[in-house]
Amino acid sequence: MSSEQKILSTDGIPLEESLKQAEKKNKIKAFLLVTPLLLFLIITYIIPIADMFSRSIDDKMVTNMLPKTYKAMEQWDGKELPPEEVFKAFYLDYKILVENKTAGKLQTQLNYEKNGFKSVLKKLARKQKKFEEGNYKEQIMKVHKRWGNVDYWRAIKRRAPAYTYSKYLKGVDMYSNEDGKIVQVAEDRRIHRILWSRTLEVAFFVTLFCFLMAYPIAHLLATLPMKYSNLLMICVLLPFWTSLLVRTASWMILLQQQGLVNDFFVWIGLVTDDNRPEMMYNKTGTYVAMTQILLPFMVLPLYSVMKTISPSLMRAGKSLGATPGVAFFKIYFPLTIPGIGAGCLLVFILAIGYYITPALVGGASGTLISNQIAYHMKSTLDWSFASAMGLMLLTGVLVIYWIYNKLVGVDNIKLG
Amino acid sequence: MSKKEDFVKFDKVDKSYDGKVLVVKDLNLDIEEGEFVTMLGPSGSGKTTCLMMLAGFETPTNGEIYLDKNPISNIPPHKRGIGMVFQNYALFPHMTVFENLAFPLRVRKISKDDIDKKVEKALSMVSLSGFGNRMPGQLSGGQQQRVAVARALVFDPAVVLMDEPLGALDKNLRESMQYEIKHIHESIGVTVVYVTHDQGEALTMSNRIAVFNDGKVQQLSSPDKLYEEPVNSFVAEFIGENNTFAGEISDISNGSCKVKLDKGEIIANPISVKSIGEKTTVSIRPERALINPKEKMDNNQKGKIEEVIYHGDHTRVRLNLLGNSEFILKVPNSSQNLDIKLGNEINIGWNSHDARALDPK
Repeated sequence: MSSEQKILSTDGIPLEESLKQAEKKNKIKAFLLVTPLLLFLIITYIIPIADMFSRSIDDKMVTNMLPKTYKAMEQWDGKELPPEEVFKAFYLDYKILVENKTAGKLQTQLNYEKNGFKSVLKKLARKQKKFEEGNYKEQIMKVHKRWGNVDYWRAIKRRAPAYTYSKYLKGVDMYSNEDGKIVQVAEDRRIHRILWSRTLEVAFFVTLFCFLMAYPIAHLLATLPMKYSNLLMICVLLPFWTSLLVRTASWMILLQQQGLVNDFFVWIGLVTDDNRPEMMYNKTGTYVAMTQILLPFMVLPLYSVMKTISPSLMRAGKSLGATPGVAFFKIYFPLTIPGIGAGCLLVFILAIGYYITPALVGGASGTLISNQIAYHMKSTLDWSFASAMGLMLLTGVLVIYWIYNKLVGVDNIKLG
Repeated sequence: MSKKEDFVKFDKVDKSYDGKVLVVKDLNLDIEEGEFVTMLGPSGSGKTTCLMMLAGFETPTNGEIYLDKNPISNIPPHKRGIGMVFQNYALFPHMTVFENLAFPLRVRKISKDDIDKKVEKALSMVSLSGFGNRMPGQLSGGQQQRVAVARALVFDPAVVLMDEPLGALDKNLRESMQYEIKHIHESIGVTVVYVTHDQGEALTMSNRIAVFNDGKVQQLSSPDKLYEEPVNSFVAEFIGENNTFAGEISDISNGSCKVKLDKGEIIANPISVKSIGEKTTVSIRPERALINPKEKMDNNQKGKIEEVIYHGDHTRVRLNLLGNSEFILKVPNSSQNLDIKLGNEINIGWNSHDARALDPK
């Protein structure tokens, strides 16, 4: 029998076509049902991310301010001082900016590129009113001797492209220097790398603590008789139903130096009254509060997986001669891996982007990368940098997901 | 080799889960080495609890269980060396068939070569050679069942427990598995304790059957004795089909008794009745009552046919006899031409020996 042969339906229409016809209506219905969600996702997720991305690489501001200059600069190789046309074009561009009173922005932007550019430009703005037509190169260089320094012209040229990845470099404490090479910032200014590694570290340990605490709880939940397990389940979920802010605030009450935990330590004589440990506004606070808040996200997937493991498997293991420990590690534990994977992935991804809790109880040494993003969103208003860091975080999460998929397999995830 | 008569011994075992109700009451049971004993009973009769106590997953509330004369109540399950086949197979889903079978050998630290040999032997015993690399999920129910049986036997345990192992299989497969398990038992001579609520299964497979009800062993005997000579009305009702008459003893002498019914009187075999005036339930197997008997029988009654159901190899006839409208007869489908038609009156006869006067229900 050849596979080429077309199978016909009873009416003589090819079967495939007939099937398509029959299924068409259902497919359209199904699509219409998911359309609201699809639109919602596009509007609230895909578009903002695309916007973030374009914002993070957008560098059109300088490009648009100096259109003639960049046109003229196309021929310039950047080795020696640019020719007269470039000077002329720059003079004309700059004149318009000064007249429109928007020269300040250019001064700031170019000053980022080359320190001391601002004063040079300001001086030019004052002097160029008296410029005569022709021979702009000489006239400009007369205003300030730095105009004869090719570095300043290179600095202008570096801003020519409409797009830049400099924000991403800044996110990992690097920048491209005057020669266009990518180098690290001075050692005492490498704050972002510390934040990245701290974020990963906190996320890792919070995941670990959550796992160590959630595993026995989930096991208990899955094996206890119904009336006790329901009660325990409510205990697990109760904090889940409480506002995140309230929970974080209550941790502040508990953990502060005059707080309940410290009082208890003093009372049982673990520490002296004048030597109370600081458990908040540092990493300890972040660990404690985040572990507590993220715990249900570990318990629930574990529980849902453990619930499906028949108790007779452990019995079978024991009846076959395995000690309870061996039976646990050879039989029970491997069967819970889908739940462990789901729980760890969930907690890790949530922890890596956690914001409120570290902001409130983290202090200086307990803040994470998300706090830095928020800082740039709200305080410095450097949205393109915030976007760049946000996207780096998102990429990091996707990379973790990819690694996880390679190691455990996403098909093995069970979220319950 | 002389067989030990009380290889497994339940000695006055009680079991209660909540301190209020006894699930197992004063259980005494001796199982011979190499024997196939089935615990048969309705659900909730305590049979699975007994098995779990033997396996070590439940502890007796009172009494002791002995395995080869040694008390085992304080031995944890993994040290008892008892193989077990579970109701839902309990194969480890993340291991291959080979790994499942090798598991009991690996935890016993047996050398790799021996493991390979033993697993191969066990797989061929259940005719699954070549299935070692499959995952349990890729096997059919019957194949999973065989793997479970092989796994329970692969480490040569002294006793194998089976907890309704065939419950999840369809009828044909269940029957062929019954014979298969019986043959495996015969060929390796291991002691098997089998739990089921299916009387057909119990009758087919066992050397002896312990009928459980209400936490107690009602009767422990071989399948034929259990069917032919039930000692009480529960066993008579539970095993096979049964016609009953409730009545009162009016005369008892020389190994037979007269039972007065609401309508009429029958002669019966006194099993658990001793004196005149006692209430009793008389039990007669459907195939022991004959239509138009040629020989003289000591019970002869007339009955009216109320229903006829054709069953292929036999015909089921429901009669109204002595006020009992549920009297069932099984008539073999032979060339013998009997006048079985709805509404006909026919003569029914049976021997008093087959009418067993048991305890009242």
